[in-house]
Amino acid sequence: MTIGLIAIVLIAYLAMLFFVAYRIDNSTRLRLRLINSPTIYALSLAVYCTAWTFFGSVGAASKYDLEFLTIYIGPIIIAPFLWVIYRKFIRIAKAQGISSMADFIANRYDKSITVNRLVTVLLFVGIVPYIALQITGIERAIETLLTWNNAQSTTYINHFDIALIVTIGLGAFIVMFTTHRFQNKEQNTGLIGAVAVESIVKLLVFLIFGIYVTYFIFNGQSDLYSSIPENALTINKNNDYGQWFGMILLSMMAFLFLPRQFEMGIVEISQERQLKRAIWVFPLYLVLINLFVIPIAIAGNQLFEGKGIDGDTYMLAIPLLFNNTWMAALVLLGGFSAASGMIIVSTHALSKMVSNSILMPVFINRAFILNRFKERNHKIPVFFRRISIFVVLISAYFYYRFVVADFSLISIGLISFVAVAQFAPAIIGGVYWKLGNKKGAIAGISVGFAIWLILLIIPSLFSSDFQQIYQYLGVKNSQYDEGALITTVLFWSLTLNALTYILISIFTRQSILERNQAMIYVDIFKYSEQIDSTVVWKGKAFFPDVRSLLVRFLGENRTQAELSSFAKRQEIDLENQQELDPRIINFSERLLSGIVGASSAKILVSSVVKEEKLSMQDVVNILEESQKLITLNKQLQQKTDELKRVTDALKIANEKMKETDLLKDEFLYTVTHEMRTPLTSIKALSELLEDEDDDMPEEVKKEFLQTILKETNRMTRLISQVLDLENFESGKHQLVIERVDIKQLIADCLKSLDGVFQQEQIVVSTEIDESIPDLEIDYDRIVQVFLNILSNAAKYCEKGNGKVSVVARQTTSDVIIEISDNGPGVKEDMQEIIFEKFFQAKNQTMRKPKGSGLGLAISKKIIQLHEGKIGVHSGTPKGSVFTFSLPKPKNFI
Amino acid sequence: MEGIKILIVDDEPNIVLSLDYLVRKKGFTPFIARNGSEALAIAEKEKPNLVVLDIMMPDIDGYEVCKQIKANLSLEHTKIIFLSAKSRQEDIDKGLAMGADQYVTKPFSTKQIMQEIINLLNQ
Repeated sequence: MTIGLIAIVLIAYLAMLFFVAYRIDNSTRLRLRLINSPTIYALSLAVYCTAWTFFGSVGAASKYDLEFLTIYIGPIIIAPFLWVIYRKFIRIAKAQGISSMADFIANRYDKSITVNRLVTVLLFVGIVPYIALQITGIERAIETLLTWNNAQSTTYINHFDIALIVTIGLGAFIVMFTTHRFQNKEQNTGLIGAVAVESIVKLLVFLIFGIYVTYFIFNGQSDLYSSIPENALTINKNNDYGQWFGMILLSMMAFLFLPRQFEMGIVEISQERQLKRAIWVFPLYLVLINLFVIPIAIAGNQLFEGKGIDGDTYMLAIPLLFNNTWMAALVLLGGFSAASGMIIVSTHALSKMVSNSILMPVFINRAFILNRFKERNHKIPVFFRRISIFVVLISAYFYYRFVVADFSLISIGLISFVAVAQFAPAIIGGVYWKLGNKKGAIAGISVGFAIWLILLIIPSLFSSDFQQIYQYLGVKNSQYDEGALITTVLFWSLTLNALTYILISIFTRQSILERNQAMIYVDIFKYSEQIDSTVVWKGKAFFPDVRSLLVRFLGENRTQAELSSFAKRQEIDLENQQELDPRIINFSERLLSGIVGASSAKILVSSVVKEEKLSMQDVVNILEESQKLITLNKQLQQKTDELKRVTDALKIANEKMKETDLLKDEFLYTVTHEMRTPLTSIKALSELLEDEDDDMPEEVKKEFLQTILKETNRMTRLISQVLDLENFESGKHQLVIERVDIKQLIADCLKSLDGVFQQEQIVVSTEIDESIPDLEIDYDRIVQVFLNILSNAAKYCEKGNGKVSVVARQTTSDVIIEISDNGPGVKEDMQEIIFEKFFQAKNQTMRKPKGSGLGLAISKKIIQLHEGKIGVHSGTPKGSVFTFSLPKPKNFI
Repeated sequence: MEGIKILIVDDEPNIVLSLDYLVRKKGFTPFIARNGSEALAIAEKEKPNLVVLDIMMPDIDGYEVCKQIKANLSLEHTKIIFLSAKSRQEDIDKGLAMGADQYVTKPFSTKQIMQEIINLLNQ
């Protein structure tokens, strides 16, 4: 094959890609369809399949070692979980305006520029060899095509550095592709389209070539498989499941954390629902692209048996052997698409990080430079991006030129995989573990990378014999074995990395900003809807400053469009922004972040707000304060409730007290009132006696004097009764309890009143149950009750024909005393009132018969103190029956 | 002075005792009622010139008696003096609001009460 044909094929292919990208970028309709297409998204994930897949898989399979399949098994296993893992990553990236993996990690860890740079540098170190590997793939393919049966073509190779030409060509292409309109925030649609096209090309070519080899050169798969010894193919050659699972784990992490996967899978996605199709389309793609690997490998082994052809070149050697130039050109095209896809996306992703994390901050930190190029500020990110692309590709070229020669395609890829796996603890921990912190992340990543560097890179640089170290670490096969070495280094680096990360995170503190970010990352689904509105921002910023900053990097038109659409969404009045709305600051930082990276955006924004470095801290403080305020509010609410309860209780107590007060007032009033009655008589009668001349009859004088004496006694009795009652109520009168024979007590009382009964001709009858036991009562007080009721009975019973009876009977628990008379009785509505003090407070004009005094009220009190009851009812046929009960002692019940 | 009827209403006999003596001595004709219902019956029958009325009584209280006497057209010339131990201003105001002509609190001065009676009878 001639160099001219090769050049035409490759240039035509790149032109086609460019045309596709150009068409997409210039048609809004097409662009919208593409970026929202789940199929295109799934195909763009297939950037995972590189020249390593295209040429290397056949090479690996030619040794009848199928371990290479683990590289695809890992992503296939993880694909169904993308809806969980990727969706979270995507939500975080969108919410935080993240445009690269370095930003993703750094934003989680204190928005640290150090972390950002560290990640960028290490990714650079880890990925540049991988890019070099792709260049190697292309170079080797071209070399194979040129030198096949054509010795003179070697002169071309000596005259031209094919790899350099390819590198420069691709570099130019990437610059045109990814930097000419990247000012737009929206996804780099041209890139997505081109990668999708490349994915289709490499798959189709592989399938066409597979069919060509299997069905046209040979007679189908069974023909090929029957030609090899039984059980020759083994997926787990060393019978080491640890190694096998290690490889699967490694490929899972590579799929998740390779910068090119992060770029296509997370940064460039436009809608989360696109993931749903990727979950099955992407694994299907991996299965299809591996369908003919083994048949082609077997075919190559048969065709080139003993000719010393490297398995990695079978893909090209087979068509060349049959002089099928077009098929060879097609394979070159497929291989080139696989390699260039990887180079383009990886370089794009890496250069973005180099530019945003390393070059931009240096520039932005120097205000005088910034101001000097004020009019051209918006061009600076583009400029730095281009420089970065150049740096990445040149580094890859030099790595290829001076290092890569001795390695097979697969091993360099695996070394890169181990490198990116070092970010797994920091990323997974950052997204699922709130305690993970900056120090832990830096230390963990550093430890992991140090081990990776010492065990995998330094040997590759100096080709020294590290066999002994490997053996010491437990690599079983003393022969150099890629899989065993890779998984052993993976195990040690990842274990120590994760341990360091976890331990340091536990034993050191997070900054406040970091805690806030950790909260947002881990609970993104809770916060993503309201990130702009929850940010409270303190300090002073002026809208014109922020706006002009945006204009410098976004241009007038886009600034206007972005701001007005944001203001509309968030209902902010842009015209009236004296103190800038915190949401606009937050939004502006995210906007800038998409262009200059998170670190630079942070610096830029803080340069136009008044309280520069403090401001971010304040944001967090205020956030926390508002949370405290919420807690405080809750506590306050509780306190208020408590207070209300206390107040209510107090109110009730107060009302009770008022009532008691009222009762007391009322009692005093009624006592004095009751005193007035005898006092009135005494006063009136005394006045009459005093005024009277001698014409007052003697008997009238005598009657008046007797009445005065009676009323005086009544007053004395009243006073002592009031004191008695008060003493009972205040508890000053205590009962003196003793065993008392109630039968004897009744007899004593009747005897003491004997004179009165005889004088009034009252017949007293008794009916006493002799079996009544002794009671535990206050003798004197109960006597007081008996005398009061009996004297009332004597007073009110029928004159001249008085009858009083005393009955004492018992129930199981009580002794019941009934004292009846044959007087006029107590009217029903008075039956309760007569036991009250004077009269009821609430019905002041209603009163009990005058002169009845406090005797019954005191009796009631005494009976109550003995835990008994007292009452009165009408007797039959007339009179009244006073009844009271006294409980028996407990041991008698 | 003969023929002037004074109705004394009180459930306390010893108070009635002094009032009865006082009224008689002045030459008026006393009538005695021990409670509200008795008072209304006697008032209706005798048409007294003046009633000395206690407020707190077991059945019908003095307020009610006052109200009924004042509502009775045949008793429109009957004057009423409340004589009560209820000495708070609100009680006095209430009594006067019921239509009583005078309110005297217990314990009373015999001279004062007689002066009030004579004043009212002279109106």
